Amino acid sequence: MTQMKERLVQLEVLRYNPDTDTEAHFQRYEVTCYEEGVVLDALNKIKADIDPTLNFRWSCHMAVCGSCGMMINGEPKLSCHTFLREYEGVIRVEPLAHFPIERDLVTAPDDFMEKLKRVKPYIIPKEKKPISEGEYKQTPTQLMKFRQYSMCINCMLCYAACPEYGLDPQFIGPAALTMAHRYNQDSRDAGREERQEVVATHEGVWTCTFVGACSEVCPAHVDPASALQQMKITSSIDWIVEHLIPGGKK
Amino acid sequence: MDTISTDVAIIGAGGAGLRAAIALAETDPTLRIALISKVYPMRSHTCAAEGGAAGVIKPDDSFDLHFDDTVGGGDWLSDQDCVEYFVHEAPKELLQLEHWGCPWNREADGSVAVRPFGGMKKQRTWFAADKSGFHILHTLFQTSLQFPSITRYDEYYALDLLVDDGRCQGVTAMEICSGQLRQFHAKAVIIAGGGAGRMFPFSTNGAIKTGDGMAMAYRAGAPLKDMEFVQYHPTGLPNTGSLLTEACRGEGGILVNKNGRRYLQDYGMGPETPVGKPQLKTMELGPRDRVSQAYWHELQKGNTVPTQWGECVLLDMRHLGEKTINERLPLVRELCASYLQVDIVKDPVPIRPVVHYMMGGISTNTAAATPLPGLFAAGECACVSLNGANRLGSNSLIELLVFGRRAALSAIEHIQGLPAANTAALNARAEETQQRINKLFSGTSGTESMSGLRKEMMDTMEKNVGIYRTEEGLQEGVSKIHELRQRYCNVKLTDKSSVFNTDLFQALELGSMLDCAEAVTVGALARKESRGSHQRLDYVERDDKKFLCHTMVHHQGLDVPRVDYLDVVITKSPPGVRDYSGDHK
Repeated sequence: MTQMKERLVQLEVLRYNPDTDTEAHFQRYEVTCYEEGVVLDALNKIKADIDPTLNFRWSCHMAVCGSCGMMINGEPKLSCHTFLREYEGVIRVEPLAHFPIERDLVTAPDDFMEKLKRVKPYIIPKEKKPISEGEYKQTPTQLMKFRQYSMCINCMLCYAACPEYGLDPQFIGPAALTMAHRYNQDSRDAGREERQEVVATHEGVWTCTFVGACSEVCPAHVDPASALQQMKITSSIDWIVEHLIPGGKK
Repeated sequence: MDTISTDVAIIGAGGAGLRAAIALAETDPTLRIALISKVYPMRSHTCAAEGGAAGVIKPDDSFDLHFDDTVGGGDWLSDQDCVEYFVHEAPKELLQLEHWGCPWNREADGSVAVRPFGGMKKQRTWFAADKSGFHILHTLFQTSLQFPSITRYDEYYALDLLVDDGRCQGVTAMEICSGQLRQFHAKAVIIAGGGAGRMFPFSTNGAIKTGDGMAMAYRAGAPLKDMEFVQYHPTGLPNTGSLLTEACRGEGGILVNKNGRRYLQDYGMGPETPVGKPQLKTMELGPRDRVSQAYWHELQKGNTVPTQWGECVLLDMRHLGEKTINERLPLVRELCASYLQVDIVKDPVPIRPVVHYMMGGISTNTAAATPLPGLFAAGECACVSLNGANRLGSNSLIELLVFGRRAALSAIEHIQGLPAANTAALNARAEETQQRINKLFSGTSGTESMSGLRKEMMDTMEKNVGIYRTEEGLQEGVSKIHELRQRYCNVKLTDKSSVFNTDLFQALELGSMLDCAEAVTVGALARKESRGSHQRLDYVERDDKKFLCHTMVHHQGLDVPRVDYLDVVITKSPPGVRDYSGDHK
């Protein structure tokens, strides 16, 4: 058996404790990790062997629970899916941008949680069908219309990447708007009009300037930018039908 | 200490906890529901389940067949009244989830698609690509957002149940971001806190799976049942332990040893079936316990493949082709590519068995009720005796739904006409939690390193309580875990801050895991037979005369726990032979 290869890793980690610190500062750590390890492995090693007071969230270590988003060399990343082999020199680790810091690498996601709720991310059926009548038929083609948008793991990397959200915290933002689109596109759903009250406003899709940073950083390949563009188009059509076509007003 | 008064407190907001919350809110919109979780609901480990959820839906299938597969798969340790209830409820719950928007895969005609799974005689596993648990969790979480009566307490770490007058009446929990302890006074409590796989070093389980719910109930007097039954999933990534779903084999992937032989045929799961044409309930579609045990035998024979990550066997999916792999197993492809740098389209992937699931847990009956009045439990933290000595893949996601809902209905029944709570008594109980926390903070003399104790626990579990067990190894395991529990009283807390102090929570989680680990080892030592996932090299046969019964482990403070037994409920299927030879088609 060959041994796992190891590498020396240097991390520069942002530290902040509101109880004791007036401002945040960086702390340098050096640990040995497996060659194929990820940034999260290095953080866990630091916590276990060097500094138990370092705080960060994590759980699944397979890029699906969405807990461990942070800025790594300035980019929003899942630390469990950021490979040490892709970095040289000191790796700078900071909490996710655009969210308030609770402590060290932990940020408060309350704003996102509230926005997710506002877009009504659940099926609003035309009429309720009893379970005894079986499933709603949905062809694979109908499924594919929304499946990609249902893959969002709520890691909030897209909010950290979005320049508009950075400027205007009222913006509903990429992930929550994409979730609205996901349900709007679902053949079982009839709730689009209710969601439009949030989606088609200045806090909604019209704040997006199609920078596309959200889609670039998305670890689940959801492509929020395309969802928002599609929503802008359908919202424009709504407006045309309502205002320009005689008798088109609903 | 702030007090929050509620009707039902739920601990854990994964699949079972969310399902329970929605059932409570739908059944009685006037109920106040407190949903307490140490993580935001979307982070719960339900999200990592990949393969799917079993429920009879197709015309060639029947409840009896699902019943037989489950009971046989569990090596006759399942309570058959429970299994009967479960198989009937399963399709309703899966349809309910469909109505709530779960993106199940579909047939061309728009009906729900099913896939083959290990130990199942029919195709009955509903799936959403290889992210079934993820979609179930998010569908439930998002659906729950429309109920105003569900108040969430995200990132609250539950500590102790409040028991007075012989019944459970609440729980203490600490708000993680502030370190503030709160008490929840509730007429009923539902624990849905997940398993405890993190007591082992090599596990598919996320960091949060530390058995807090199990340990909390256990300390409060509810017994833990059948804890010695720990499931190894046959196909884990050898470095990270990440799960490669059973659907890899359901879709036609094969397992080979270093000689290229499909070795499962040598362990009662043959004859060999044609490559790429998986047959139900044989070869690669055998049950998880048998497939993981076969790896152990191959290891002893020197037939495994040495890799830089240790001894492995190979999972070969190349013959499935890129199109099927991308459609049906996209996550598996991605995991192998990123963490192992293997493209499963081009190469076989080295794998080895990995701790995955605990069949045991808080003892519950078919109504999801524990022996402690007012306390209910569902999901992996509970042992409702559905899974017996070995759970079949795709029975646990549906277990979350069936028994999450059942726990809610039982809780509603329980709270009718309850006498008023003795608030002073509950406050006194809550004060005990506060003292426990204060002690951790004030102790300047703590000498035991938290990560050191944790490592010793994990090493002990791996060395002494693995796939195959012996009297000698288990004796050593019992005394070592017992010693660690004593030493844990002197654990050192380095971080004394009140804000998001993960040093504190890791210390508390270690306490939970040690309690659970002791129940596992003590139960394993006492069970002198081999059944399902519990295999003894010194007692190789199943012994229905002595051990057709559930192990019940009772907490005794710092002493070694007390063990007694409860009969298995047999209604219509007397213990028989588990046959995965492929003869019966």
